[in-house]
Formats: sequence, C-alpha cells, structure tokens
Amino acid sequence: MASVQISEAEKVYIMHGVRDDLRVDGRGCEDYRHMEIETDVVSNTDGSAKVRMGHTDVLVGIKAELRRPRPNVPDEGYLEFFVDCSANATPEFEGRGGEELGVELSNTLYKVFNSHRSLDLRSLCVCPGEHCWVLYVDVLLLQCDGNLFDAMSIAIKAALFNTRIPKVRVLEDEEGGKEIELSDDPYDCLRLRVDNIPCIVTLCKVGHRHVVDATLQEKACSAASLLVAVTPRGAVTCVRKLGAGSLDPDSIFEMTETGKRVGKALHAPLMELLQKDESLGKKRQKVGFLA
Amino acid sequence: MAGLELLSDQGYRLDGRKASELRKVQARMGVFGQADGSAYMEQGNTKALAVVYGPHEVRGSRSKSLHDRAVINCQYSMATFSTAERKRRPHGDRKSSEMSLHLKQTFEAAVLTQLYPRSQIDIYVKILQSDGGNYSACVNAATLALVDAGIPMRDYVCACTAGFAEGTALADLCHAEETGGGTALSLALLPRSQSIALVQMDARLHQDHLDTLMEAAMEACKGLSKVLDSVVRQHLQEVSVLSRD
Repeated sequence: MASVQISEAEKVYIMHGVRDDLRVDGRGCEDYRHMEIETDVVSNTDGSAKVRMGHTDVLVGIKAELRRPRPNVPDEGYLEFFVDCSANATPEFEGRGGEELGVELSNTLYKVFNSHRSLDLRSLCVCPGEHCWVLYVDVLLLQCDGNLFDAMSIAIKAALFNTRIPKVRVLEDEEGGKEIELSDDPYDCLRLRVDNIPCIVTLCKVGHRHVVDATLQEKACSAASLLVAVTPRGAVTCVRKLGAGSLDPDSIFEMTETGKRVGKALHAPLMELLQKDESLGKKRQKVGFLA
Repeated sequence: MAGLELLSDQGYRLDGRKASELRKVQARMGVFGQADGSAYMEQGNTKALAVVYGPHEVRGSRSKSLHDRAVINCQYSMATFSTAERKRRPHGDRKSSEMSLHLKQTFEAAVLTQLYPRSQIDIYVKILQSDGGNYSACVNAATLALVDAGIPMRDYVCACTAGFAEGTALADLCHAEETGGGTALSLALLPRSQSIALVQMDARLHQDHLDTLMEAAMEACKGLSKVLDSVVRQHLQEVSVLSRD
C-alpha cells in the first residue's frame, strides 16, 4: 500500500488530536471525509460506480455473464471479485507489485459480500444446474489515501444498485432441449435488491481511541485496525483484524459497537442519494472524471 | 469486407460522422492529487486515464539508469471491465506489453529527457472504456498528464488513427470500424515540427493509398492538437484564477 513517512513529532501531534476528538483535518473520531459517489460511469458495464473519499478513489464495474452454477449450490448464482491495484495509485503497484494486496482485498470482499444473506443469489439463477448469472465485480483502485475497504464497499453497493441484468427466458422444445432467449426490450431487466448488502467500516486504533475513515497519516500512527461489515439493520456480518499489531478483547468489543453505530448511520444517506440520483433519470448530469 | 458498410453512398460512417470528422473529445488535467501529473481523456466512448510520476530517482536496480538522460517507464493497462468481453488480467499480456513499448518509444521522441540525467519518469495509462483508438487516447491523455506534471517536451504529442474504406480515408476509427476488416493506421505526431513519433499499420494497403491515409491521420492529429492546447490553456486559467485569490 502507498506508504507515508511521518516523524515522531507528527505522530504525537496526531495521537494527541485523536485523544481530544479533533483530528488533523478537523474531523471528529467518528466522522467520514467528504464523499463523492456517482453511478453509471462506464457504459459498457452492467453496473458501475465511482467513489471518491478524500484522496482515495475507487471505480467499480460489474459485468454479468451466464455460467454454469457451482455444483454444491445449483440454484444460485454467484459473485466474483477482482481488485486491480493499478499503478495509477502508486508506482509500487507497477507490474506485479499490486497483486498481493489485490488478492488480499478481493478475498476479504468475497467473504463480506458473497452470501445469500446479503444478496438474493437465487434470483441470479436462470436454469438450476445449468445456467446462472455470475456477477464479476471488478474494483479498480485509482488513488489510495487510506480506508480502502470502506470506499470499496460503498462503491460496490452503489454499483450493485446500479446493475441491470437483461431478463432471459428459458424455452423448452419438444425433445427437452433448452434454449435461452434474451428479452428484446433493453429496459426489461432484472434489478438487484441491495437492502441487505453490508457496508464495511474500518476502525483504526490510535492511542487509546479508535477512529473511523483513517487517512494514511493516521494509519501510520496505529498498529492495528478492525474491519466491521454492518448491514442497514445493524447486524454485523464480518469482523476482521487488520494490520501487524494486536488488540485486546475489550477494545475489539468497543470498536465493534462503534462500527455498528457508524455503519448503520451510513446506509440511510447512501440509499437516499442513490435513489435520488436514479429518479433524475436521463436528466442527471454525468460528470465522471470531468468534474 | 465483413458485411459492414463502413462508408455509405452519402458519405456517412457507421456512427453518422463524415470521413474526416473526429469523435467528441473531452479532457481534464489534474484529476488526482497524489500523482505529479494526471489527466483524463475521452475520445467518443474511449476513456483513458494517465498518471505521471517523476522525474525521480531510478527505482529498483541502478543499472537501468542512463548517465545522459532520463529513463521513460510506461505501463499500459486496461480495466477488466473496459471491453465488451470481460478481460481476465488488466496488464501483463502480450498486447499490453507491446502497447507499453510503443508508448515508451513515442514519449522518448517527445520529452526532453536529456534535462534529467540518471532519473526516471513513470507514465501509467489505463483504459477505462475501450471503443477503438486505445493507443491514441492513451498518448493524448499521457501528453496532458506530462504537461500537468510540468515535464518539458518538444511539443504536444497527438495521436490518431485513420482507416481506409471505399477509396476514402476515415479519421479516428471507432471499435466497429477498427474490427470491420479495413486497414487501420495509428500515428503519433509532433504537430509543430510535423515530425512523426510513431506510425504503425498492420494490414495490407496499396502503396498509392498510403499517402492519403497518412495525410488524413496527420490532419486529424493537428485537429486534436488544437483541442489539447485549449484544454491546457483552460486548465492554466482555472489554476491561475484559483491561486490569485
């Protein structure tokens, strides 16, 4: 990951700030940075979203493909995650440099999102045992300034909300042969229910307190952080400790509680924004990277 | 030709353009804060991002460094969702390695590398959405990113593709025209000196037509250079207004 080098004095400054609930950029411990979310930015995907959070920039594209379902769950579709740590983010990612981080991130995303509790995977099934929709969720990191997981999860949720899968029908002829027919109407499509999709809140332990949405500087002051995936109802679906240091059980409990509170509060404005954007329809001005 | 009529009898192309008409070009400089220079470029539906880091010390083995000029290091990659068919890997395949090499050659011809001996300039380009003319979108985006990074160049490098159908040269091909079976030529031009930084044509063409094709591509590049110039000027104006306040 893109690294910053900070001096001892800076560390002390940041830690004292966190102790007094006033961070370097003026935020409190549970505040997010300014966020910009835009959906439908890449037109040759089935769904896409771009999230910018401070200097962290993430682009998510979702493509749906018809594949054979997994043998152990023949009546469900599935999601595939791929995180591309592009050299745009930092020169360290050039060549194969970003691969390790990419695999780590995509595995975590897989654990957080790919469950029938967060997404109705049954609705992705076209013909049990033979055909299902596979959603390829490709995350592109364009800039890293800490808090990748939160930005990625928000972008994924927005992109899933934006995803439109063409409706297909299975036709059967006399000999039992099956044929898949694609709907002629491009507006006749399947939407995903994103009500139960969790958002990730990463909490960074700085000194005796923990902060939400840590920048790279703050991350450099902390030894360990905790990833909490929270659904809109406040259920925790995944907890994972990240980083080299260790955490005591009490602070893990405390951090999970904060994560629950912050995560729950994150969903409502996000959904409101996505719905508002959608209701504008064609009138919405597309900015993308031109803003 | 593979069933597609690239140029209608009325002189219009598949997407309704005239033969020498370019697609809509939109661009912005300074997209990212962390990089030394960055730019975003849209040519029709082809979208490219370019980021420049440097000039900085040579990373990795010192043996790569050159004592009299800077090393230019390019990486071309495509987002996995950029094409109609999903790509498995963003970079590292043969096509993107070749593209990286072409970009390197192009920019070695344009950047004043002798000003920065023993250093390195990184140019990373990413195709976000691909609809023909990937190489030219990358070159144009990288030029803007280099300008944004303040790296001295001989001139803007402008690139464009040109194709040939029904005895007419077509400028700035889209994906359908590129894959439609006709000839495609990509050309990178330094417009002021009219010198060519890179030219590439992979298909068969009668030698008599080569001149017209080159001429069309060069005209298109000159058109693009005007657009790039206006983008740079507008960006400078915005930045200078901001810094004056």
